[in-house]
Amino acid sequence: MKYADEYRDKELAMGLARAIRAKAESGKAYRFMEFCGGHTHAIARYGLEDMLPDNVRMIHGPGCPVCVLPAGRIDMAIALAERSEVVLCVYGDLMRVPGSRGSSLLRAKARGADVRMVYSTLDAIALAEQNPGREVVFFAIGFETTTPPTAVMVRLADKKQLANFSVFCNHVLTPPAMRAILDSENPVEIDGFVGPAHVSTVIGTAPYEPFARDDGKPVVIAGFEPLDMMQAILMLIEQVNDGRHEVENQYRRAVTGSGNRRAIDEMAEIFELRDQFEWRGLGSIPSSALKLRPAFAHLDAELRFAMSELVVADNPACECPAILRGVKKPVDCRLFGNACTPETPVGSCMVSSEGACAAHWTYGRFRDHQRRLAS
Amino acid sequence: MTMHQRQLDLRSGCVDLSHGAGGRAMAQLISGLFHEAFGNGWLARGNDQSAFDVAAGRMVMTTDGYVVSPLFFPGGDIGSLAVHGTVNDIAMAGARPLYLSASFIIEEGFRFADLKRIADSMGEAARAAGVPIITGDTKVVERGKADGVFISTAGVGVLPDGLDLSADKARPGDRVLLSGSLGDHGVAIMSKRQNLTFDTEIVSDSASLHGLVADMVAAGGHGLRLMRDPTRGGLAATMNEIAQQSNLGFRLQEDAIPVKPAVAAACELLGLDPLNVANEGKLIAVVSPDVAGAVLAAMKAHPLGRDAADIGEAVADDHRFVQMATSFGGGRIVDWLSGEQLPRIC
Repeated sequence: MKYADEYRDKELAMGLARAIRAKAESGKAYRFMEFCGGHTHAIARYGLEDMLPDNVRMIHGPGCPVCVLPAGRIDMAIALAERSEVVLCVYGDLMRVPGSRGSSLLRAKARGADVRMVYSTLDAIALAEQNPGREVVFFAIGFETTTPPTAVMVRLADKKQLANFSVFCNHVLTPPAMRAILDSENPVEIDGFVGPAHVSTVIGTAPYEPFARDDGKPVVIAGFEPLDMMQAILMLIEQVNDGRHEVENQYRRAVTGSGNRRAIDEMAEIFELRDQFEWRGLGSIPSSALKLRPAFAHLDAELRFAMSELVVADNPACECPAILRGVKKPVDCRLFGNACTPETPVGSCMVSSEGACAAHWTYGRFRDHQRRLAS
Repeated sequence: MTMHQRQLDLRSGCVDLSHGAGGRAMAQLISGLFHEAFGNGWLARGNDQSAFDVAAGRMVMTTDGYVVSPLFFPGGDIGSLAVHGTVNDIAMAGARPLYLSASFIIEEGFRFADLKRIADSMGEAARAAGVPIITGDTKVVERGKADGVFISTAGVGVLPDGLDLSADKARPGDRVLLSGSLGDHGVAIMSKRQNLTFDTEIVSDSASLHGLVADMVAAGGHGLRLMRDPTRGGLAATMNEIAQQSNLGFRLQEDAIPVKPAVAAACELLGLDPLNVANEGKLIAVVSPDVAGAVLAAMKAHPLGRDAADIGEAVADDHRFVQMATSFGGGRIVDWLSGEQLPRIC
């Protein structure tokens, strides 16, 4: 398959694996956080762990939009969907995210709430046009990757003067999350970041400069294909060995230094920063999320339906917060594989296929057994 | 005295509640549309059931429901699918399918033209398979209470003497054979789903596999341990099901598993794994290593097994993991699909 198989070539992978083994100095630990859930998924799906030496460890970061959405925001969406006049449009993998007390949009749908799975923002616009007697709300979620399509949708809805359409905005930003990880109490030891891929196609590489310059953490922006990951890991090892801490761009076929100007400008015109936003696992982070600007307040579901912010406590036994900060691994959680599986997710890391727990459960748990046997 | 009966308006008419009420309209629908399409002596006798001779050997019986959306898709429709699916369930026992039943639940307002198209396709599939539909039932429900039409089929078949395929017969070292490329049916269906329409040349692999199975049984005999058709949940679900029932693990080779480039591309786009995508004309066989070569050769010699491949082996494993060596050089589990296969956000 053109433009996919080329990045999954076994011979090239073996070559990179040999280079990584040659460069990784014995007695030295290399701990790299892959920020994106897409990277976590690729590591698990292609079995990259098997190809890295023991002293190169990947730490799963919080870059899965589903995983970082707190239960309170899901409860707010469920309450909205249960209003008889509302049709709530969501992306597929939000359906199973647990709210409080085992609730989810999938269960709300089974009880009669009108929740529709959509594949694009334009589907939501079309639904609003087809159902003039209903209030169609789009549940917007995601990092900078999915924000421009929401911005385009808001602009279009405004232009069309759609009176029955609004957006429940949950868009969050990458750099504040990376900052929160580095500044958290008892942070995990990180020697470098594999930087976001699709996010960086929008915002470019420049926003990561402070982490390299001020925090001394090398950052390599990498694509989601397994060869991208392997090459990025090698580039990080080389930076660590050389004592460098720079932002490097492995994903040059898609990412530029300044990003996509048009997308950035469009986002700036439609959205503004929220003062605070609650992240699952990372707590409340200032200036880390977006809301609609006052000019588009008529399309803001939180205002239109007078939604009040809900903050609910996560299951105290769930280790998602520590896993999202890279402090713990999925197997460190006593719920993992018992109460919490992809069929019965307790924490958000088990919901999305990009979540650290779901990725390990779905693709990698045989290694736990192998390790037990080895020890 | 012959009652005057108005002809069904097959071009622009539609099913209404009277067609399920047990009166003349219903009789007219059954004889004018279904009997016409399925055409055979058993149905022509007009009884509530059909009598047939029982062949020597063990009988096999199965039943299945079809609720596919959309009803018509590239390479097939709900009618032919209902025949192929039930024939295959019988065939996976190694049995020769003999007869089918068909039960229709039709939504008020469903167009006669579409119903005829479905019934004709079903009749054609049954004739091609040599497995007549010899009894049936028709119900009509109010508008909104069914998604156009639902079909239930049951089938009976006869098993050759001594053949007993079952997951508990699998042993470590057995080979896993797959009859062809994965995911064609699921991708063909998805390409026509509302909100997800995309152009593809992929057509459903929907087909009756009993001919292929007969050749495999002839080549492998008692070396055949079990067969399954990887329908919903795809290869991943089927292999995990076999692992649970056989109390074994499996080691598969990703390189050996055939997936068409267009299917792989569609799955990439949607964030799906071809191993989880449905098939309707493929089978998996677990066979003892000493007959694996002969069975694989028999599969390759049959038109429905042209792309057959040996994709892995059974291993002793208390955890019953289905593992796969990735084509990239690493290892991973092939797990059940969790819930519905949902596209990722980004």
